[in-house]
Amino acid sequence: MKQFTVHTGTGVPLRRGNVDTDQIIPVRFLTHSSRTGHADALFADWRDDPSFVLNRPEHRGATILVAGTEFGTGSSREYAVWALQDYGFRCVIAPRFGDIFRENALMNGLLALVLPAAVVERLWDLVEDDPRVPITVDLERLRVRCAGVDEPFSLDEEIRARLLSGLDPVMETLGHHEEISDYERRRRPTLPTTTALLDGPLPA
Amino acid sequence: MGSTLAQKIWEAHRVRRGGADDDLIYIDLHLIHEVNSPQAFAGLQARGLTVRRPDLTIATEDHNTPTIAVDRLIQDPAARRQTELLRENCARHGIPLFRLGDPRQGIVHVIGPELGLTRPGMTIVCCDSHTTTQGAFGSLALGIGTSQVEHVLATQTLVMRRMKDMSVTVTGELAEGVTAKDLVLALIAQIGTAGGQGHVVEYRGPAIRALSMESRMTLCNMTIEAGSRAGIVAPDDTTFAYMKDRPHMPQGAAWDGEVAYWRTLRSDDDATFDRETVIDGSRLTPYVSWGTNPGQSVPIEGSVPSPADFADPQERAAAEEALTYMDLKPGTPMRDISVDTVFLGSCTNSRIEDLRAAAEVLDGRRIADGVHMIIVPGSAEVRRQAVAEELDRVFTAAGADFRAAAGCSMCAALNEDRLRPGQRAASTSNRNFEGRQGKGSRTHLVSPAVAAATAVAGRLTAPSDL
Repeated sequence: MKQFTVHTGTGVPLRRGNVDTDQIIPVRFLTHSSRTGHADALFADWRDDPSFVLNRPEHRGATILVAGTEFGTGSSREYAVWALQDYGFRCVIAPRFGDIFRENALMNGLLALVLPAAVVERLWDLVEDDPRVPITVDLERLRVRCAGVDEPFSLDEEIRARLLSGLDPVMETLGHHEEISDYERRRRPTLPTTTALLDGPLPA
Repeated sequence: MGSTLAQKIWEAHRVRRGGADDDLIYIDLHLIHEVNSPQAFAGLQARGLTVRRPDLTIATEDHNTPTIAVDRLIQDPAARRQTELLRENCARHGIPLFRLGDPRQGIVHVIGPELGLTRPGMTIVCCDSHTTTQGAFGSLALGIGTSQVEHVLATQTLVMRRMKDMSVTVTGELAEGVTAKDLVLALIAQIGTAGGQGHVVEYRGPAIRALSMESRMTLCNMTIEAGSRAGIVAPDDTTFAYMKDRPHMPQGAAWDGEVAYWRTLRSDDDATFDRETVIDGSRLTPYVSWGTNPGQSVPIEGSVPSPADFADPQERAAAEEALTYMDLKPGTPMRDISVDTVFLGSCTNSRIEDLRAAAEVLDGRRIADGVHMIIVPGSAEVRRQAVAEELDRVFTAAGADFRAAAGCSMCAALNEDRLRPGQRAASTSNRNFEGRQGKGSRTHLVSPAVAAATAVAGRLTAPSDL
C-alpha cells in the first residue's frame, strides 16, 4: 500500500452528494483485469461535459478531491479507488463515505477523510475563490490546513499506523499464522466445505 | 448485559484481538466471481503466496456472462479475458468453480444458499456489495473490495472494523401484494441511503418471521442500499426448512445437533442496539422509485415529489438532479409513468418465488405493445425449477423473453443486456443510479409482481390495478 504522511496539494471542489461508485467509474470499464490504467474512466459519464469540474484547466494537477456527503456508496468495485489514484488523487475529503469504498481506499493508501459538512463547504469556497490555494493533509498530526482553515480529523489508530508505515496488511496478518492455525483447530467440524460439492450429488 | 446476534458471531470468529477499533476475524466462506478478483490473484502471485483454504472458497461466473444461451461466447474481449483468468486462477489454486453451463452456476448470492453453503452463524464475504443477501440465514455476510479478497485468499481472515448494531422491527402483517422489496424500499426511503451506515441491521418482529427465506434474502440484499455493513435475520423454523435437504447438509442426529446450535443464534432479550427503528408493516403498499438512488422511492399510488418538498438542502439538490436525469415532472402520478423495458432478475429478485409472483400476474395476459420484458433466472437451478413448474410457458405466452442462462444481466449491465440512452425500465434489481443499466438509462425499482403488472399495462402498475 502507498504510504501517507503529510501531503500538500491543490483541490477539486465536487459540489455534489451521493456520488456512488457507478458514477466514479461506470460499469463498462470494469472488464479490465489490472489495477492500473483507469485514469480515463474516472467520472467517465460526466467528463463529456466541458464544464464538469474535473475538466476545468484551473484544477489540472489537483491531488485532493473535496466531495459532498455519501461519497462512494453502492458497488464494492475497488476500481473506483484505482481510478481516483491513477488520475492523481492522494486524498478524498467528504462529510460521509460509503463504508466499502472507504475501506478500499484506506487499503490502497488513498486517504478517505471525513470532515464536517460545514468545513467541506468552506473548503469548496476557498478552492473556488483560488484554485491554487494549497491544502495540507497532515496524517501525523491529524489536521487539515487550508488558508484560514485548521481542522482536526480522526482516523482509527490501526489504519493510521498502517498508512504512516505503508506496511502490507497481508504480510502483517501472515505474521499471525500460528493464531490462525489455532483458531482453525477450534472451528466447528460440521461447517461446510466447498470442495465437498465437487464429488457430491448435483441438486435434484 | 446481553449480546446481539451479530456480536455473538463476531466473538465466535475472533482469531486475534486488534486495537481499539478492529479485530482479526476468521472467514468461513469466501465467494468469488470474475469481475473483482483477477487483481487479487495477481497480487497473491506477485508475493509468491497461495490460497490458504481453497476448500472454503467457491467461484461462479455471473457478472459478465451472456444469458441468451449457455454456450454463447462473451463478446467483449476484455470481459472474456476476465472469465478466462477466473478459470485459470481457480484451476491453479484448486478452487471449485461453477462455469456457465454447469447446473450449479448462477448469481453468487443465489447459489450460496441454494448449495447449502450459507448457514446460520457463519462469516461470509464476497467481492460484491450485495453479499448482505446471505445474512437472511443468520450469518454475518458482507461485501468486500479486491484488496480484502487478496487478504482473505492469503489468510482466510479479515481485519474487520467493529460494527454498531441497529434493529429494524417490522410490526403487523404485510398486506396482500406487498412484498419484501416494497418493505425495504420503504425502509430506505424512511432512513435514507446512509441510515444504516456502520451498522449491522437486524430485522425483527412478526412481519419478518412471516417472510419466506427468498423474501428475507431480498430484504437483506438491499440492506446495503441503506449504507449498512450487513443485514441479518435470526434463524428459525423457516430457515431450517429451507436448508434441510440442501446438498451435504448433515442428516439425522447430526442435523438435530446443528439445529440445536442454530437455535441459540439470536439476540439476547437484554441486548441493546445502538439504533432502533420500527415500521408498521400493515400500513405498507407497493413502493416504486422515482429518482436516482433507492431512497428516492414512494408508494405506487403517490406522485413524483417536488424538490421543494425536501427541507434538507442536500436532499433538495439531489432531487433536482434526479428529476432532470429521470426526465420527470413533479406531481406526475407514478402510475402515469410509461416504460419501454421491464427487467425481472438480479440477486435481489431472481429466485423461484419471484418468478412465481410474476407468472401469477402474467398468466393469461399479454405484455403491452412496445414493451420488452426480459426474465433472467438467478441460477441454473432456479431456471430448472421454473421449467418444471411450467412457468416458462406462462412467460412465453405473455410475450416475455425468458432467458436460457442465469446471471446478473441487466442489473450489472456488464453483458449485452443494457439499456440505450433515454430508455426507461421497471426493474426488480437494486440500484437506480445514473447509468447503472447502461449509459443514460432510467430505472424504476419495483417488486416482481409490480414488474409483471407494469409489463402488461406499459406503465407503472400494481397487480391490483389490472
